Amino acid sequence: MSEQQAVLGSRGHGVVVRGDDIDTDRIIPARYMTSITFAGLEDHVFADVRRSQEGEPKDHPFNDPRHENASILVVNRNFGCGSSREHAPQALMRWGIRALVGESFAEIFFGNCVALGIPAVTADPSDINALMDTIELDPIQELNLDLESMTLASRIGSMSVQMPDGARHQLLGGTWNALSQLLNAKDEIVETSLRLPYIDEF
Amino acid sequence: MGRNLFDKVWDLHTVRELDSGQTQLFIGLHLVHEVTSPQGFQMLRDQGHSVLFPHRTFATVDHIIPTHTRARPLADSLAEEMFVALENNTDEYGIQFFRAGSGRQGIVHVVGPELGLTQPGMTIACGDSHTSTHGAFGAIALGIGTSQVRDVLASQCLALARPKVRRIEVNGELGPGIYAKDVVLHIIRKLGVKGGVGFAYEYAGEVFDRMTMEERMTVCNMSIEGGARVGYVNPDETTFEYLRDREYAPKAEAFERAVAWWRSIASDADARYDDRVEFDAADIAPTVTWGINPGQAIAVSESIPKLADFSALDRGTAEEAYRYMQLTPGEPITGTKINVAFIGSCTNGRISDLREAARVADGRYVAPGIRALVVPGSEAVRKQAEAEGLDQVFVKAGFEWREAGCSMCLAMNPDKLVGREICASSSNRNFPGRQGSPTGRTLLMSPAMVAAAAVNGKVIDVREMVS
Repeated sequence: MSEQQAVLGSRGHGVVVRGDDIDTDRIIPARYMTSITFAGLEDHVFADVRRSQEGEPKDHPFNDPRHENASILVVNRNFGCGSSREHAPQALMRWGIRALVGESFAEIFFGNCVALGIPAVTADPSDINALMDTIELDPIQELNLDLESMTLASRIGSMSVQMPDGARHQLLGGTWNALSQLLNAKDEIVETSLRLPYIDEF
Repeated sequence: MGRNLFDKVWDLHTVRELDSGQTQLFIGLHLVHEVTSPQGFQMLRDQGHSVLFPHRTFATVDHIIPTHTRARPLADSLAEEMFVALENNTDEYGIQFFRAGSGRQGIVHVVGPELGLTQPGMTIACGDSHTSTHGAFGAIALGIGTSQVRDVLASQCLALARPKVRRIEVNGELGPGIYAKDVVLHIIRKLGVKGGVGFAYEYAGEVFDRMTMEERMTVCNMSIEGGARVGYVNPDETTFEYLRDREYAPKAEAFERAVAWWRSIASDADARYDDRVEFDAADIAPTVTWGINPGQAIAVSESIPKLADFSALDRGTAEEAYRYMQLTPGEPITGTKINVAFIGSCTNGRISDLREAARVADGRYVAPGIRALVVPGSEAVRKQAEAEGLDQVFVKAGFEWREAGCSMCLAMNPDKLVGREICASSSNRNFPGRQGSPTGRTLLMSPAMVAAAAVNGKVIDVREMVS
């Protein structure tokens, strides 16, 4: 996958995780972060709510075989709050998630998603609820998130979605990996550093 | 109209506006630890970049390090691998690494300030959401993900959307037994865990003016728990005196020049804000969480709220909290039995926190069956506490006196809750599973309240114990 590929949207099956304030510890518990890579995180996404302590699967959408090919995660308010761990969107991405739709997202989590080329768009609570209901009723329907028109189409019709302009621009323009852009301004970076009093003994 | 500190510091560090409308922001200080950096260094290698300003990044080990022993290799081979990776990465790129045993190791948000690395007017980033701590000095300090750690290593910059600024004033006087931790838990309780999303918080007013730097750090630390990625206090004499003679702070005449500049970046008296909120210190009591996020907090004298007390929007999370915590709505939080007491973390692992906890523990004894840990935030805090005899106070009272690290705040090292244990904790997050057991439960409170809970075996109002 090219690092600088434009992300125009996402098309695929949905999966619903209901609840407000789902924190990144819940998405990926800290004990699975003892590693120098992100490899294998997909096996532990939502670990503590997906499995009992004895390791038995619990009733959770990520265990539901109807959602095993899902790529669009639908959530409620303040999803991804808490720890800044990129392990959270990494775990979701490696599980197969390519886009998120929710009532709202925590700020650091949102930025981490963008940095991976994963759009996280918001929509009105009533639209989110309707979307959740239709996905639960018909999990294999195709959803189509279009970042150009800022709409999400499902069996119940098309709803409008929102995203901050900057992030949308990065995804559509293929600059969601910000680094090459940042490095394009090496001279300006050095100039900026030189006007900071603390860089050289005030 | 005048400008606030946030606008001044942001503008000064703006390299350019990007096509996306975001700002390319220069990062003055980059702090690194072992958990969120190894993948960042690897991306750097894979993508053929180097570190642009190696002298503006500092590293230490905090999350995974055991606190009962400093022996290497670590018993957990994966943790050891992370430790070695950080040693190798910092060696390879010429980055200063504060090694365990150097006297400068500790939680990254304790070490940065105590070494004088954290200074007013800086932009500071670290792959850790509690980077907001450093805002206590009048810096823009924010947590970032690992791809952004790569960005800062390679370019010393971040691409960021500019947040709005909300001024939170707390005026009046805090009563005895009421701490910075109570102030921030009160603010989060009132503004909500998502109230700060999209905002930087400026904390101001009489209460913050009077606070020590360590108290300001406690409040700024938990900004992120209220949804605000950045929280800061304007620099003043308290800030300057704290920084004087610190290892990395400017010295002699440079220090005087620095103070003049630091003064100039503070918010103007007539500064513009996007929003303002005011609290009365008299309304703040010792505060304890009863639920599964830091906003689910009550005064220690209150009862656990009933479902009817919540707005329709908050009932779902409240019901989830009842199920997880197995505490009874309508019952007082005092008297809630605990199994573990944890004093430490980047929120409350500094010397003043240990002094307050020791004041409560002194001459008393941890209740039977309670496991109580005191984990200094850094090697320097540990050394200072030992010089003051605090370690002996704790040990005589039945607390375990540990080495520096993050420890049971997030339990990436061997310090973990077991089963459904309830922990009175001076840390920052009461999320399900946060302290290492998938069913473990956390009650957040001030270090003095944790010490009080430890010696009573249950939650108690610390004001009953210390006059």
